[in-house]
Amino acid sequence: MFKKILIANRGEIAVRLIRACHELGIAAVAVYSDADRAALHVRKADEAYRLGPPPAGESYLKIETVLDLAKKCGADAIHPGYGFLSENAKFARACAAVGVKFIGPSAASMEMMGSKTRARQNMEKAGIPFVPGTSRGLESVDQAAEVAEKIGYPIMLKAAAGGGGKGMRLVHAPGELKGALEAAQSEAQRSFGDREVYIEKAILNPRHIEMQVLADEHGNTIYLGERECSIQRRHQKVVEEAPSPIVDADMRQRMGEVAVRVARAANYANAGTIEFLVDDQKNFYFLEMNTRLQVEHPVTEIVTGLDLVHLQIRIAAGETLPLKQADVQIRGHAIECRIYAEDPENNYFPSPGKITTLMEPAGPGIRLDGGIYEGWTVPIDYDPLLAKLVGYGENRAQATMRLQRALEEYFVGGIKTNTGLFRSILSDPNFRAGRLDTGYLERLLKQTAGTATDNTNSEIIAIAAGIFAAMESEKAGTGNSPEESAISAWRKAARTEALHP
Amino acid sequence: MIYEIVVGDKTYKLTLQKRDGRWVYELDNLEVTVDALAVRPDVLSILVGAKVYEIQRERQGGEIWIWLGGVRHRVEVSDPRLLRGQKRGSSGEKGPVKIAAPMPGKVVRVLVVDGSEVEKGQGVIVIEAMKMQNEIKSHKKGTVRKLSATVGAAVNAGDVLAIVE
Repeated sequence: MFKKILIANRGEIAVRLIRACHELGIAAVAVYSDADRAALHVRKADEAYRLGPPPAGESYLKIETVLDLAKKCGADAIHPGYGFLSENAKFARACAAVGVKFIGPSAASMEMMGSKTRARQNMEKAGIPFVPGTSRGLESVDQAAEVAEKIGYPIMLKAAAGGGGKGMRLVHAPGELKGALEAAQSEAQRSFGDREVYIEKAILNPRHIEMQVLADEHGNTIYLGERECSIQRRHQKVVEEAPSPIVDADMRQRMGEVAVRVARAANYANAGTIEFLVDDQKNFYFLEMNTRLQVEHPVTEIVTGLDLVHLQIRIAAGETLPLKQADVQIRGHAIECRIYAEDPENNYFPSPGKITTLMEPAGPGIRLDGGIYEGWTVPIDYDPLLAKLVGYGENRAQATMRLQRALEEYFVGGIKTNTGLFRSILSDPNFRAGRLDTGYLERLLKQTAGTATDNTNSEIIAIAAGIFAAMESEKAGTGNSPEESAISAWRKAARTEALHP
Repeated sequence: MIYEIVVGDKTYKLTLQKRDGRWVYELDNLEVTVDALAVRPDVLSILVGAKVYEIQRERQGGEIWIWLGGVRHRVEVSDPRLLRGQKRGSSGEKGPVKIAAPMPGKVVRVLVVDGSEVEKGQGVIVIEAMKMQNEIKSHKKGTVRKLSATVGAAVNAGDVLAIVE
């Protein structure tokens, strides 16, 4: 087993990985940019090394610096988390070259799956069902128009190197194609350094369901059940759950077996995720494979009772899978909310800043994976994910109720967060009924936009605001103190009763 | 202490005093004793009779927000003796409207030029922050003036990038 692991990441995932290391008796090494000296992952690690200035390109993405540090501190493995270098085949190869184990798949598997067009070509060979479209990058607008005409509008333009909705455009009609293609290509170039874009037939308002797979380095591959990730905004997942409300045991097995075939076709080792689009007839199509640990892995951990990070580390250390497919049992239900630093009242703009007050939920059925603390300033340089709040229970209804209760306990002051959004989602009848698709959240937001604000508590709000102010001037000794006013006891009683009926 | 407190569209005149360690307030000529405990800075546990409230306060750039049950309420607190005669400013959409950066970030695209005619809701500038690109829209129909945003420039929250007349 490894003695020391370098965590090439930041934020909540770095903290989660450090925790796993400590649980396994492995020393954890953090790396940080100048914006992150005070970050939680640095505080939690055993050793920490500076990478460089805040921009990711000068810090968390610097392959040579990360590897130099790994060698210098004597780490025998690197866990890349998600994002940053996690799906960078060059990095995986560089790790192998210097004898530091990359906790993840091989560079070759990553390359096969990293480019979506190459993945489609390979899946075509392996007979995996996927969404109709091109398996190669588009060369010209004319070629794009020709393909789009053949498969029929609406179509989706997607960056071959893409992810997270970047370099992606939905095109309804031929007139929009040229502009959309240029926009997608330039965004792909900016985000991934690769302007290759391909076409897929757009399946409107599909479900997005993904299958977790786990493979050791000795040819054993299993699936750990699905996650429903249809609740998205701008192609970014917001709420994920396991199991999916529409997947039964039979469908799970069919999807799982396809996922295992995909992983085998890529010679895949370690944890990976196969994403599917599912249409309203429950047909599922291979979309892409994520060759890393997913943000939403906790929901799978909860319903399977497995620790995916422990397993990742053990697999990377050469162990064989400690369980077989038949040992995997799905039990209960888990739902995750991604808590982002963004302002729901201002079009979900990122909202970095200092966290002045932090009150976190606890209690039965709650898991909170966070990367923040009170007094810390959320930097503007990185992804706005603050924490993942997971509610779980014996069934979906109980998991939902626990999440709602936990959200009432949760308070992040000083910055804006999207916690209010989850209140709307969790109480929505369509969510409760499991009627979800990737268009769900936009519809819900439209429907709740402009809803009148709640005025029922304005009196106690006013009183609290006054007491806050009075306490302050009391402390500062600047209060204006009026003469005692004599008011009859019956009126006092009447007021008290009014506030607690 | 006397405060004038605005919550949503309601204005309250609140008289507060401390008696035997508890806060006594008088609101609309009714007096009530409440047990308010600051459990930590900006967090109050309030008992009104036996009814429990936990309330948080947030202050951001001169604005005060009070949270109750996960819902945020904008409040304005003023001491009428100190602030008599002061009026709250309001910016309607009749005059020029500023287009300001809603968060710190980098300008990645400028979609108009000085003098461009824009519709209400039309995108004017794209800012990238925390890996997200966000289109800043005009809140009114009009002509773009004083466009100061340039591609690649770093901006801070509140920086005025253009004005629409």
